[in-house]
Amino acid sequence: MAKKKDKSQEVETTGHQWDGIEEYNNPLPRWWLWMFYACIVWGIWYVIAYPAWPMISGATEGYKGWSTRANIAADIAEAEAANAKINAKLAGTELAMIGEDPELQVYAASAGAAVFKTWCAQCHGSGAAGAKGYPNLLDNDWLWGGDIESIHTTIRHGIRSDKDDDTRYSEMPAFGELLEKEEITAVVNYVMSLSGTPQDASLVAPGAVVYADNCAACHMEDGGGDREQGAPNLKDAIWLFGGDYDTLTQTVTYSRYGVMPPWTTRLTDAEMRAVAAYVHQLGGGE
Amino acid sequence: MADTNPSKPPSLYAAREPIFPKKVFGKFRRLKWVIMAVTLGIYYLTPWIRWDRGPNLPDQAVLVDLGARRFFFFWIEIWPHEFYFVAGLLVMAGLGLFLFTSALGRVWCGYACPQTVWTDLFILVERWIEGDRNARLRLHRQKKWDLRKLRLRLTKWVTWILIGLATGGAWVFYFTDAPTLARDLMMMNAHPIAYTTIAILTATTFFFGGIAREQVCTYACPWPRIQAAMIDEDTLIVGYREWRGEPRKHSEAVKAGEPQGDCIDCMACVNVCPVGIDIRDGQQLECITCALCIDACDDMMDKIGKPRGLIDYMALTDEARERAGETPKPILSHILRPRTMLYTGLWSLVGVLLVFALFIRPDIEMTVAPVRNPIFVTLADGSIRNTYEVRLLNKHGDDRPFRLTVTGDPAVRLQLEGTPYDTVTVPADATKLQRVYLVAAPSARAARVEHSDIRLWVEDTSNGDRAHKDTVFNGKDQ
Repeated sequence: MAKKKDKSQEVETTGHQWDGIEEYNNPLPRWWLWMFYACIVWGIWYVIAYPAWPMISGATEGYKGWSTRANIAADIAEAEAANAKINAKLAGTELAMIGEDPELQVYAASAGAAVFKTWCAQCHGSGAAGAKGYPNLLDNDWLWGGDIESIHTTIRHGIRSDKDDDTRYSEMPAFGELLEKEEITAVVNYVMSLSGTPQDASLVAPGAVVYADNCAACHMEDGGGDREQGAPNLKDAIWLFGGDYDTLTQTVTYSRYGVMPPWTTRLTDAEMRAVAAYVHQLGGGE
Repeated sequence: MADTNPSKPPSLYAAREPIFPKKVFGKFRRLKWVIMAVTLGIYYLTPWIRWDRGPNLPDQAVLVDLGARRFFFFWIEIWPHEFYFVAGLLVMAGLGLFLFTSALGRVWCGYACPQTVWTDLFILVERWIEGDRNARLRLHRQKKWDLRKLRLRLTKWVTWILIGLATGGAWVFYFTDAPTLARDLMMMNAHPIAYTTIAILTATTFFFGGIAREQVCTYACPWPRIQAAMIDEDTLIVGYREWRGEPRKHSEAVKAGEPQGDCIDCMACVNVCPVGIDIRDGQQLECITCALCIDACDDMMDKIGKPRGLIDYMALTDEARERAGETPKPILSHILRPRTMLYTGLWSLVGVLLVFALFIRPDIEMTVAPVRNPIFVTLADGSIRNTYEVRLLNKHGDDRPFRLTVTGDPAVRLQLEGTPYDTVTVPADATKLQRVYLVAAPSARAARVEHSDIRLWVEDTSNGDRAHKDTVFNGKDQ
């Protein structure tokens, strides 16, 4: 380095001069220049190899044919291959035994959570809390049964679906055509009394008669409901459509029921079992 | 505008000038050998130190377990969320570097920096194989690649590669059990990442220590630039007593008849310099203050019967004082000044805080995340249930039974997902995610008001250690 300086310890100038101002020459190492050229060469190769120039509809593809979409497809295929073994195990394990195997239970619950958020959250909500007419899956009130087998059957075959012969089926008649208005008012007040909702006490006794004749066959004498028919429990604090007078009158007059698609056509066995295990462990499972 | 220069303009780019540092003896060279032995020893041997932590934990004293996300350092175990310990150590390292630089200049660069240590080692190997400076210069200038040059060069390169292999090989041992990995490496069935890492580090060691050397310090490292802001006129740096040395022998002034200074222009200081500068030109960016020129010059001064210290550690103010005939400030008063004391104070403060944090660190911990979607669930009997995602941290080497309880409202009951009991077993050195339900009866106050403050407790039933977290119970707002 010392050689680059002249006797008076000054640095050479580049020879450039602007209005008497000179430029010192403190030379860069030459390999630095080579790195610069190498970067240029690499840059040219990169433009040829990878998608680079924007065109009207897309970009130049590059000779390597690289794309983020293909990368994701490969990643998904890889993840599915990695899960193939435990999915096979899940599909082959008795539903009630999934919880006995900690590894399988953790896998089923997290795989089921992904399935749920993709296919179920639209109606039941991303937190599974449901909405008016769409059951809350977190509570301990189940229309068709809350053990893992029942949940799994509901998922497989759906409810009131015309696409599945084994679907869960029942239908409440529209009592507006069968009962007088006064009878409906009475039975609604009786039903409200079952769950302790404030009601017109004078109508409870006549309502009980109407209930015994028309409703008890499905909702049972005590109002406890019947899971075989998906008849809701009328005694508890949970209402699918609402437990106030107006809503109940509307329900009795016009009847209501929800539908749920069968999932055999869209989900694999392992996925349906996973989502059943997920729903079962949300807090209401039996 | 630009003035055209009739002569050919000089090149803006310079080829590297090869440097062949000469062998040197002296107290700083001895100190550097000791530091080299100690630092390399620490680096190569640390992974092999064993430390018993019980059957469930690794028995390697220093281990960065990336897979399990644990960092073991003798009796300390750091979990990812305690990374502030590492951050604190880095802050201490930074402040320590400030302190040493403001007191002693680039002492880190000159003695302890891995680039310096490994380059020193590589130059040592080069000297053993190819001979001292003059022999190496001759070999370098010899254009013809005869058998001797080929043999010497190959021996040197192979030795360098072996050192590089050992360097990369030692690195990977910090990340997994060293004896197991060593066996696997020998049997050629270790993980490909281990081989790749060793290959990369072998290549970089060879390149940085053998080829790039001082260019890393001069061109690649940002530290020399930062140091300009750290060094002041009281900092002890390597300097040349110009008032004593000049005019040097062979200079125009001496030829003109002026009395000669102590410098005999023997070039000993230049020949031993690993970064290829002449310290007599004053402070320079390239100088890593390795002090080898001091040793070389002292040796020469002894030989010609002049006092030592023509080149010496000194502060910039000393030069001026000595030139004016005053006595320089004692070393201690250079080092002890507000700036260094401030750095020392900050450094100690961070250190004390870290030690304090280490001692109050619990080995049972819990985090509580209330589920907000939905904020509560009405159960069939009208009870209100809140759900919490609770993470239980067991920082012990044994499985432990953790019991969960709730305080704040006696009407709020606790249930755990997946078990009818209130106790779960958390595996050794692990985190368990447990969903916790709190249920308030319909008549309870907590079920009816918007928020109630409650406290979740976790207790190790085997020894009574416990921790708590405050959270909120959401009721039906009526």
